[in-house]
Amino acid sequence: MGLDIRWPIGIMFALIGALLVVYGIVTNWDAELYARSLGLNINLRWGIVLLGFGAVMLAHAWRAQRTAPPAGGGSQK
Amino acid sequence: MQPVALAAVDYIILLAYTAFVIGIGFALRRYMKTSEDFFLSGRSIPAWVTGLAFISANLGALELVGMAASGAKYGIATSHFYWVGAIPAMVFLAVFMMPFYYGSKARSVPEYLKLRFDERTRCLNSITFAVMTVFASGISMNALAKLLNQLLGWNYNLSLWICSAVVLLYVFKGGLTSAIYTEVLQFFMIVLGFTPVVYLGLKDVGGWDAMKKTLASVAQDPGTLELSEKTFAPEAWSSAWQPLLGGPSANPMGVDIFAMVFGLGFVLSFGYWCTNFLVVQRAMAARNMSAARRTPLIAAVPKMLFPALVILPGMLAVTLAWTAKDGYRLPPRLIASSAYAPAIEAVTKAAAQAPEAAFEAVGKAVGLKLNKIKVAALVAEHAASPLEDETLRGRLQDAVVENDYDGVILSLVKKYCPPGLLGLALTALLASFMSGMAGNVTAFNTVWTYDIYQAYIARHKSDAHYMWMGRVITVVGVLLSIACAYFASNYNNAMDIVQLVFGFVNAPLFATFLLGMFWARTTAHGAFYGLLGGTLTSALFHALTLAAGNTAGIKGGYAGVVWSFPSEMAQNFWLASFAFTACLLLTLGISLATRRTKSDAELGGLVYSLTPRIRDEEQAWYLRPAVLGAILLAGCVILNYIFW
Repeated sequence: MGLDIRWPIGIMFALIGALLVVYGIVTNWDAELYARSLGLNINLRWGIVLLGFGAVMLAHAWRAQRTAPPAGGGSQK
Repeated sequence: MQPVALAAVDYIILLAYTAFVIGIGFALRRYMKTSEDFFLSGRSIPAWVTGLAFISANLGALELVGMAASGAKYGIATSHFYWVGAIPAMVFLAVFMMPFYYGSKARSVPEYLKLRFDERTRCLNSITFAVMTVFASGISMNALAKLLNQLLGWNYNLSLWICSAVVLLYVFKGGLTSAIYTEVLQFFMIVLGFTPVVYLGLKDVGGWDAMKKTLASVAQDPGTLELSEKTFAPEAWSSAWQPLLGGPSANPMGVDIFAMVFGLGFVLSFGYWCTNFLVVQRAMAARNMSAARRTPLIAAVPKMLFPALVILPGMLAVTLAWTAKDGYRLPPRLIASSAYAPAIEAVTKAAAQAPEAAFEAVGKAVGLKLNKIKVAALVAEHAASPLEDETLRGRLQDAVVENDYDGVILSLVKKYCPPGLLGLALTALLASFMSGMAGNVTAFNTVWTYDIYQAYIARHKSDAHYMWMGRVITVVGVLLSIACAYFASNYNNAMDIVQLVFGFVNAPLFATFLLGMFWARTTAHGAFYGLLGGTLTSALFHALTLAAGNTAGIKGGYAGVVWSFPSEMAQNFWLASFAFTACLLLTLGISLATRRTKSDAELGGLVYSLTPRIRDEEQAWYLRPAVLGAILLAGCVILNYIFW
């Protein structure tokens, strides 16, 4: 049905991942903040994972769109 | 307990997620042309999407919160709800039952009952199902809003209405497709949001083996953490099967192995996964038969691994509480705000009383079990120099020893998440709530429109009319669930009764489907009266049995206690087993004594022996449901073996 769900999922996680990475870099000096996460800059690390996941989703969506050009409403039923 | 304050970055993550789920609803709006599009997604969705939606609709907030709670209370044996109580049933649904649901072109599970039997069975099933879904979403909404209120200090009403409004908006716009698409997004959100929390927890306790070691000490003395009054063998929390083999007294669940395997693993699990429209609807939206059958199988893969995400946190919390690492303790129950005034009065009076009597009086005023030493210290200090009310409240709350297991998951989120990750984990919690609620709402609006409205109220209207009705009932459904949430927050006991009654109806249901699908001789009379009989059996069983530690009344035994079970869970599992057996025997007997009203031709596509086999030899082997199912079952056996 019309929309490929991988686009919104990919975009959302890439955005949130990027946000966490940036936030992680900006707050990297703050040892007190990361005392909770056992001294790991979990925002930076997990941000990279989310960014990677988003990128994979987007790549899949992009490939699917290229190999099968949008069929409009014709493919339904 | 101090509520956690969210930073700007957390709110941005939360808002980004909300914007995307609503955006999906709006993007799909233009594809909603017929009622089939709205209620069934035009049967056009690929299997991986319906598969993830299938599992996500099931993974509501109550599941997430409740499984962590059980993980703390019962340890790894909680995984039986997954490995015994889900995977086999999901495989059965895919391989054997999906051909009839999807192939018969029924638009809902109750409609299948009408095609197979007659209006009566459908009517019974659709009405109970519709009411049940509304109550289910109301109960989970109430639980979530309360949790957010207690742990984050968010306003109860505000969280309730805003969360519901978001769900309403995207389901209203994009119907089932929108619910399914957002469920896939929510699935990833839940997994990616909680994984780092579990990872940090596991790292903190020193890894799996260190956790197992600590849990062995816990099992031998669970009273220290108020987990249980009994003591158990060292492996009771860290082994899945050994404690069960020792009988109901050897495991914290208090369940025997027959009840576990037959009651949970067969009756309850097949009854839920194979007949509940909430999940089956996702598979019915698949683009073809093959995708429909793969839906539950794809869903089974994450389901099999979820214990690591939802049960492990509970076990980690117990481990942390045992070592009191960084002062961590299991979240205590909160003192009701109305209990503070009498409690403070009791503390003030206590100085003049004997210590034993004073402790009892304070405990009675608070209404919860308290720590004796902490209360004595408080009383002495207060007598020496009167403390402020605020301090007294804090100290009293600190002295509570009863655990609030539902708070376990959020207590870990609070402990490990710095701003940023905190926003992600909370978003994951809200996502689980929304996926569960959207599942309920879409199942409700479909059953209402097709099985109640179209069947009994307005028969021959245009398709546009039913689509309009679908949108209207979506709004009504959400409002009804909000009403139920308020009802649940005010009348907890009434809610228990409601759930109890639905339990009575659901327990025998699988017998009706099993006979209907696999025995052509089953008659409409047999099905209807068998189901009624099964329901009555559950009610009767409940009236005559009681679990240890409960008093007769809503928990059962109000007509005299004929049998008593070691735990409520055992009582539930046995109730289901009895109801199922009664329904099975009654349906068999009545069917043999009555005439069939439907011919073989009419039952084609509805009954196993009268339906041409689906030939899937042309499909690649890795797409065949039977092969996939066998692989999944093998995986399940391996997991059980590893955690034996």
